[in-house]
Amino acid sequence: MDFDFTPEEEAFRAEVQAFIAEHKPKKGTPQEMATWHEKVREKRWVGFSWPKDVGGGGGGIAQQVILKEEMAKAKAPSLGTCFMGLAWVGPSIIEYGTEEQKQQFIPDILDGKYHWCTGYSEPDSGSDLASVKCKCERDGDEYVVTGQKIWTSIAMWSKWIILLVRTGQGESKHDGITCLLVPMDTQGITVRPIQNMSGGTMFAEVFFDEVRVPVENRLGEEGQGWKVTISALAHERSSIAEVTSLQRSLEGLRELARKSTKNGAPAAEDRGIRRRLASIDARIEAMRLNGMRFLTKQLKGEPVGAETSVNKLTRAELEVEIGELALEMQGSQGVLGAGSGAVPDRGKWQNHALNWPEVVIGGGTPNIQKNIIAERILGLPKDPEA
Amino acid sequence: MNFGFSEEQELLRSEVAKFLAESCPMDEVRRIGEGPGFSPELWGQVSELGWPGLIIDEAHGGAGLGFVDLVVVLEEVGRALFPSPLISTTLAAHAIARAGSPEQQARLLPGLAAGTTIGSVAIAEAGDLHGAAGITLAAERNGDDWVLTGEKPVVADAAQADLFVVAFRTGEAEDAIAFGLVEKTASGVSVEDRVGIDLTKRQGRLGLEGVRLGKGDVFGDSELLSQLLDAGATAVVAESVGAAEAALALTSGYAKERIQFGRPIGQFQAVKHPLAVMYRDIESFKSLVYYAAWCIDEGHADRSVAASRAKAMMSDTFPQIGIDTVQLHGGMGYTWEYDAHLFLKRAKWARPVFGDADHHYERVAALGGL
Repeated sequence: MDFDFTPEEEAFRAEVQAFIAEHKPKKGTPQEMATWHEKVREKRWVGFSWPKDVGGGGGGIAQQVILKEEMAKAKAPSLGTCFMGLAWVGPSIIEYGTEEQKQQFIPDILDGKYHWCTGYSEPDSGSDLASVKCKCERDGDEYVVTGQKIWTSIAMWSKWIILLVRTGQGESKHDGITCLLVPMDTQGITVRPIQNMSGGTMFAEVFFDEVRVPVENRLGEEGQGWKVTISALAHERSSIAEVTSLQRSLEGLRELARKSTKNGAPAAEDRGIRRRLASIDARIEAMRLNGMRFLTKQLKGEPVGAETSVNKLTRAELEVEIGELALEMQGSQGVLGAGSGAVPDRGKWQNHALNWPEVVIGGGTPNIQKNIIAERILGLPKDPEA
Repeated sequence: MNFGFSEEQELLRSEVAKFLAESCPMDEVRRIGEGPGFSPELWGQVSELGWPGLIIDEAHGGAGLGFVDLVVVLEEVGRALFPSPLISTTLAAHAIARAGSPEQQARLLPGLAAGTTIGSVAIAEAGDLHGAAGITLAAERNGDDWVLTGEKPVVADAAQADLFVVAFRTGEAEDAIAFGLVEKTASGVSVEDRVGIDLTKRQGRLGLEGVRLGKGDVFGDSELLSQLLDAGATAVVAESVGAAEAALALTSGYAKERIQFGRPIGQFQAVKHPLAVMYRDIESFKSLVYYAAWCIDEGHADRSVAASRAKAMMSDTFPQIGIDTVQLHGGMGYTWEYDAHLFLKRAKWARPVFGDADHHYERVAALGGL
């Protein structure tokens, strides 16, 4: 057991820090941001964990941890702009795609040329994702897709969609699902944005009416789409980025506690508030260390799968609690909306308290994470009707 | 960066587990617990295996290993609910090794390492204030000697211990703390065995009536107190990891086999979800205690905050794990015959020892700058 990094790894950390000091945008002008993205791309820090032969950085696990930690600590802009492409579309294409697909899509994802969106959920297939019904029939060299997707984030700004459709029925509902890569400007696709509870509009319904997709746009084998999806969703294991963002939220909460008043005294002196902050602190640290344990298993070549649900479950609880505690500490000011002039911290806690579903529900609700832990780790029997 | 155990540590784990499975299965745990609470035969055997001397240096007859190795042993000891003064003896030795004089170390560590001397630390008092301010046991100067009069109401393994490391107050300043080496046979020492909720953990009242400590019997300061509280919290959490994992294994095993409504109850989410939360909680305080142990071995600046995070989370979640273990077993969990209650009781022992969740969360808050 050793939590220290090697001298080579520390040298890489110094390189990252020096790069950030030189290139991190000062004001965030479009010109500055464009330069930043160009520079990190040159460094091959976009897709840092991807193999070098597809244009990735070929970075080792310890280096990935260091890169993410330093970027998050410095509040640097993201590495790359094609969020979903980098998070799971790219890794899926690298694992299951044809040579042509890799050449067509991977460079564009790394360069952030356009956005991808994800067509998984349907009105009747949310937590029960494998029950997707979106109809897909083969017609010569084309597939014909008719159906509906929902909760599709950034559908209105995306050029491509990674889509789960049903091409057949098998023994299990996981059979007969196929994964397609579809241009969003194909005839027959309609996007209808949905407003969320914070008033923002980030996701949409997407309708498919006899949309024709060339067979060469299929990712993986026909009927094997579930495998493609599962491997992509399990790609992110370390939760380093989430931990750093939670640590930042905790630091913000501590500052809020120092400047807020509870029962006529500073909230930071209130025993109950202190205990809640410390409990958040301990759970974030547990997430950080859990993540390092999973990484160590990966480094030793042991399979890491369902354990990541442990951190997802804790993160979900923390994101909700953080927003609630912040509003409670604001007392009667907590009723103010994010747009009000007198609201503390320019309304960031109000936004937090209304936007947690994006991370708490997206990617699997807490109850689904509990099912995964119970069934895949503890070996409890599945509900035969589920 | 490597957050895993070495091959040697994994081997140590499997040896400890194998010994306990063969020599101290659950019916033996019950026999000891319902009887004297201590088995001299088993203690002799584990002493020969080197458990009490694990973290004592080789020059004094120990194995010269660290707290990370100790955590491995304690996880298995906890999993088996093995009743023994292992933590108490290890902490007494840790105190002497950290702050004792060379003469004290040479005199006492070999016996503790060999298990022929059973040690215990007597810190906590009735005020439930952990840390220097909570030590009120006063001592009077008599020439070069200190004379102790008072009590330590709940001392672990008091009836078995031959040697007590007793924290006492030497002056009015908050950090005016020292430790006395008190032998059970010394004049003025009395021990009253007190039955606990958890029969596998024994404790007692240590009475001190004019107990005289010579110069060679006194050592340590408030920094040692802080080290001992961190070490004690870490050891108790490590043991609790094993015990909680055993409780979870027992309960999820039962949920797979118990048929109600025509199906195994483990199919119901109302049963699955508390088990999943148990797993998450155990994994979390497990990670925290591994880091705490590493910090002790490395003399890392995070030692106290790491120990407090681990103890806070364990004390906050293990009691519920014990309660759910009993509750998910239904009526069977309420019986004396079935093992579920042993884990519920262990959680009730582990919660307050070396400070409960409230104490340690407050310490985390303070160390975090609040």
